[in-house]
Amino acid sequence: MCLGIPGQIVEIVDAEQMLAMVDVCGVKREVNLACVLAEAADAGSLIGRWTLVHVGFAMSLIDEQEAQKTLELLAEFGEMEEELAAIRNTGA
Amino acid sequence: MKFVDEFRDPKMAKAVLEQIHAVIKEIPKAQQQPLQIMEVCGGHTHSIFRYGLEQLLPKEIELVHGPGCPVCVLPMGRVDDCVAIAEQPDVIFTTFGDAMRVPGSKKSLQQAKADGCDVRMVYSPMDALALAIANPDKRVVFFGLGFETTMPSTALTVKQAKVQGIDNFFLFCNHITIIPTIKAILDSPDMYIDGFLGPGHVSMVIGQKPYEFVSRHYDRPLVVSGFEPLDVLQSIHMLLLQIRDGEARIENQYKRIVPDGGNTQALQAVAEVFELREFFEWRGLGSIDHSGVQIREGYAAFDAEKQFTLPNLKIADPKSCQCGEVLKGVIKPWQCKVFGKQCTPETPLGALMVSTEGACSAYHSYGRIDAVNM
Ligand code: SF4
Repeated sequence: MCLGIPGQIVEIVDAEQMLAMVDVCGVKREVNLACVLAEAADAGSLIGRWTLVHVGFAMSLIDEQEAQKTLELLAEFGEMEEELAAIRNTGA
Repeated sequence: MKFVDEFRDPKMAKAVLEQIHAVIKEIPKAQQQPLQIMEVCGGHTHSIFRYGLEQLLPKEIELVHGPGCPVCVLPMGRVDDCVAIAEQPDVIFTTFGDAMRVPGSKKSLQQAKADGCDVRMVYSPMDALALAIANPDKRVVFFGLGFETTMPSTALTVKQAKVQGIDNFFLFCNHITIIPTIKAILDSPDMYIDGFLGPGHVSMVIGQKPYEFVSRHYDRPLVVSGFEPLDVLQSIHMLLLQIRDGEARIENQYKRIVPDGGNTQALQAVAEVFELREFFEWRGLGSIDHSGVQIREGYAAFDAEKQFTLPNLKIADPKSCQCGEVLKGVIKPWQCKVFGKQCTPETPLGALMVSTEGACSAYHSYGRIDAVNM
């Protein structure tokens, strides 16, 4: 929950509601971009960028190298599976 | 330096450790009594235990594991409130997975679920909102918890609920704030902290400025730190240099993630939806002034505390638990009487054993036997 997980923005789902599809280690998940939009000219320009995702919200834009390092750290912590399982879990 | 080889960059780690071992010799105070360095954040606690950093550091440094694991400081009474909400008719109670096993005075949310309550794990507060939209005949309550890292996400979700006119979504707000907590630690007569490792992702939201009182009023240094073991070592080195030179500044080791000014959008959403509570009760630490937030009047329709009747009782922790002493760094996890006996990650008595960011759980998973025999 607190460490978050890096993902890559692959598609803008709803520009008005600031929702994007983010690929987190192969798991696709809708993520809210409200907190990172100020850093971009428009939502579309964020496609391809990496972001740190906390509980379904993109909290900061990061570079790919940082993303890979964080993913490795999570894997070493043994938290990768847990986080990915949580991401798949929408409570339905 | 036996575990350094596990690091991604053992050469760098060795170099930083050598610097740390050299600088500590130049700090006379540390020769009399170990320096107390507190990592405020549970993510750091996890990293420290996972990589056995304590054993790599000179004996003149003692790491004090702070209260920065939001699940771990949740008082029993609050868990009871959650269960009471979940037991109401027509309620779907939603929570992050981390909170499912935190013991309440009678049961945890997991036990409430086993007893027939509709308790569901969600990954995001947005999932809870989606459940509310999909189930108009149910009342969907989201258990919001965490420091400033997760606060913007619940704030934005509540705003979204208002925009969409959803009237069956409620937030049970248990968010806590980092600054009053650090202040309470600095004011506590039980402990003297020489320097702080500041939380990385909380700072990503709030920036560096809010920490300035630590140096200005308390004359202690704070270094905002990343989570990699090398980050933690570098930050400790930065703290030591300041202590050696008699300085007390706020520094940022985690510049690659933490902008000096924090995240404006996130802070705006938080300020619009939440306001400070007069006080909030913490497990093990007691009541801390202004350390929690509540929902503002303008969003009262979404406030579970206003829309449900809650027992809202103060429940003391079981006598055998020493979570408070561990949280304050007065004793180490393994010194608790029930550690590893009645209290294990499978059967947690205290919340510090529930989350992997809790000191007891981290120690139980990664603890090295030589430390136990210290
Ligand atoms: S071992 Fe259990 S009871 Fe003791 S301090 Fe840790 S969590 Fe609390």
